[in-house]
Amino acid sequence: MKHAYTWAAILLMVTASVTGDVLLSKAMKQVGDVGDLWKSHGIFHVIGNVLRHPLFALGIVAMTIAFFALLFGLSWGDVSLIAPASASLTFVGNMIAAKLFLHERVDRRRCIAVAFVACGVALLAF
Amino acid sequence: MTFRKYLVLVGVAVFGSVGDSLLSRGMKDIGTISLTHLQSLIVALSNLWVVSGILLLIGFFAAYMTALSWADLTYVLPATSIGYVIIALIAKFVLHEQVTTARWIGILLITSGVGFVAGGPALTPLPEHSSPESEQAHEPELASARGNS
Repeated sequence: MKHAYTWAAILLMVTASVTGDVLLSKAMKQVGDVGDLWKSHGIFHVIGNVLRHPLFALGIVAMTIAFFALLFGLSWGDVSLIAPASASLTFVGNMIAAKLFLHERVDRRRCIAVAFVACGVALLAF
Repeated sequence: MTFRKYLVLVGVAVFGSVGDSLLSRGMKDIGTISLTHLQSLIVALSNLWVVSGILLLIGFFAAYMTALSWADLTYVLPATSIGYVIIALIAKFVLHEQVTTARWIGILLITSGVGFVAGGPALTPLPEHSSPESEQAHEPELASARGNS
């Protein structure tokens, strides 16, 4: 039963994390290169621009859900299972979401990598 | 890619993995959290390990946001995959968790897969810069251009 709870926490974390990652990525691309902005306008301008972005706020909400799912998961299972499994599944989910919503180029190199990651995740369950 | 940008990616990997491990250490002190006793989560926030983990995860988040401002999401995640290896080493030698051979092979596969992706360009080029050569050569400029668009 504990094993089922662990995997439920992982799945919740992956869903919330993919949503958050896509929203945050979109927000940060619209804000611009943080390093360049820091040099030209200062750190407070950068922080203000990021915090005022509506997609950033939505991304934080999704990430908060993912964080609490992680806390639950860690109280039920080993970090060496939960951290790589959730991060790897998030990677696969992000690959699909990034292509669909961020229009990133997902070429053969990245598809092969997804296969590697999927096999790795399957092995983590043993 | 500049040295500063590589440093940001290293920060994402190290802060994330060490932060997760500190959280794990703290949550083992707290014990299993039941859905009927959610106040245990508040107690968890008074645990030094959990607080340290949260502070490191804030550092992770700052580095992650910075990386996302000049690189694709599908580049940043794999490029910071070395964190899985750090977590496995911490789990084995610090937390004394059992890491089976199958899990080690799984971690190796994941790292190989994501490392493979990291060898590619950091940012999807704009339509007018779609050739791979121009993308590699003008990667920082593209990142800056996309960021400011």
